[in-house]
Amino acid sequence: MSWFIEMMSYTFMQRALIVGVLVSICAALIGVSLVLRRNSMIGDGLSHAAFGAFAIASVLNLAPLWFAIPVVIAISFLVLRFNNNQKINGDALIALLSASSLAIGTIAISVVDGVNVDLNSYLFGSILSTSWSDIWLSLIVTIAVVLLYLFAHNRIFAITFDEDFAKAVGVKTGFYDALFAAICSVVVVLGMRLLGALLISSLIIFPTVISMRFAKSFRKVVLFSVIISVVNFMVGLTLSYLISAPTGATVVAVNLLVLIITLLIKK
Amino acid sequence: MTPIISATNLTVAYGKNQVIHSASFAVLEQDFVCVVGANGSGKSTLIKTILGLIKPKSGKITFGSSITRRSIGFMPQDVMIDANFPATVYEIVLSGTLGSSDSRFFYRKKDKLRAANVLAKLKIANLKNTSFSDLSGGQKQKVLLARALAATSKILILDEPSNNLDRKSRQEFYKTLKKMNADGLTIIMITHDLDAEDLIGNKIISINGGKVSCETTANFLGRYQ
Repeated sequence: MSWFIEMMSYTFMQRALIVGVLVSICAALIGVSLVLRRNSMIGDGLSHAAFGAFAIASVLNLAPLWFAIPVVIAISFLVLRFNNNQKINGDALIALLSASSLAIGTIAISVVDGVNVDLNSYLFGSILSTSWSDIWLSLIVTIAVVLLYLFAHNRIFAITFDEDFAKAVGVKTGFYDALFAAICSVVVVLGMRLLGALLISSLIIFPTVISMRFAKSFRKVVLFSVIISVVNFMVGLTLSYLISAPTGATVVAVNLLVLIITLLIKK
Repeated sequence: MTPIISATNLTVAYGKNQVIHSASFAVLEQDFVCVVGANGSGKSTLIKTILGLIKPKSGKITFGSSITRRSIGFMPQDVMIDANFPATVYEIVLSGTLGSSDSRFFYRKKDKLRAANVLAKLKIANLKNTSFSDLSGGQKQKVLLARALAATSKILILDEPSNNLDRKSRQEFYKTLKKMNADGLTIIMITHDLDAEDLIGNKIISINGGKVSCETTANFLGRYQ
């Protein structure tokens, strides 16, 4: 246990643990609806958009978090609008968004002289990057998402299972879509600093996919996703400390291992 | 008898492509209407317009005094539903009551009782805690029908409900619908087939090249078969 006490004696580890657990809860909750509605890759697209926003914020010398959040929310709304109009296929749209954001971010960092940005920490995350403002924001978002799931659980289920039916019985599907897009954006921006633009979407997808292996009701999938997400993050964070590996990659590896085990146990 | 649903000069279009052209028809209380037409003729578009999911370009849909859009039970095509969705039968059927539990955070006792009654009526109460993914095609149809019935006791709209059902399941399904119609439920059902055994209603709405006509089933069968 001495290694655990040592690990937790570092302030940056405490911050990473708190932000990571809170982001894991949010990512798992919104992940259930995104994965079941076959919108899993939206998190990936938004994380790349967040990378572009972070890079531009660095170049313009703006507070990255407060610049990236509104930008990514605006992009998520645009994606929704395009998706609804069906002018561009959803998958193609997200692929375009990912590549374009990555390109814009990379150019912004490369072209402007005197910008001191560690590209790796944006792409793969950094345990040192979380601040107290991240903690407060994560806490507020987590409380909002948990309350949303507690009080609108039945509506979220209806929309996720059959959007047309939900709309027909009067559920404001457009409102919930926009709300989910905004929450997903904030979660991606917060989690991206810790896990990286390339890995944050795994936090949204893995827990739902794993819990669907054994949970047969929507309520249980939601509950198990949260538990799996938090436990896997904590195991990943601890392992990354012990073996001196990047946190994001280790968390994803732990999730992958758990998924493989569940696949083997329940073929 | 006053119409329960009326369409007046209804025109529906996707961009410049006009799918329904100036349609006018009336559905009376306890009618059983079959909507027929070729693939892509606009059957589902007409249904979605009645449900308020698509806005008409012009014209209007009006409802009888005791009816609102929310009080219509809707059963979509089964291909629209993910067959492996992790949900219990009870979760699905209960979601049908959402239209009557406006702005409430949780289901009421009344909603739970309604869901239980519908499950019992369709003789699938034993499947209450079974996962949707573990059901047969026929059972899945019954669950989606139960959800629609949890939403309404007045008008039921079904989009090709007999798809993917074998002959025996289809006949059993039609028998259930006929009984509910006899008990007072108004039914509008899209059907793909033009066989007499699929045209089980008293009226036919046929869509051809955007033109919509409404007539008795006897008239329709007399002309086409």
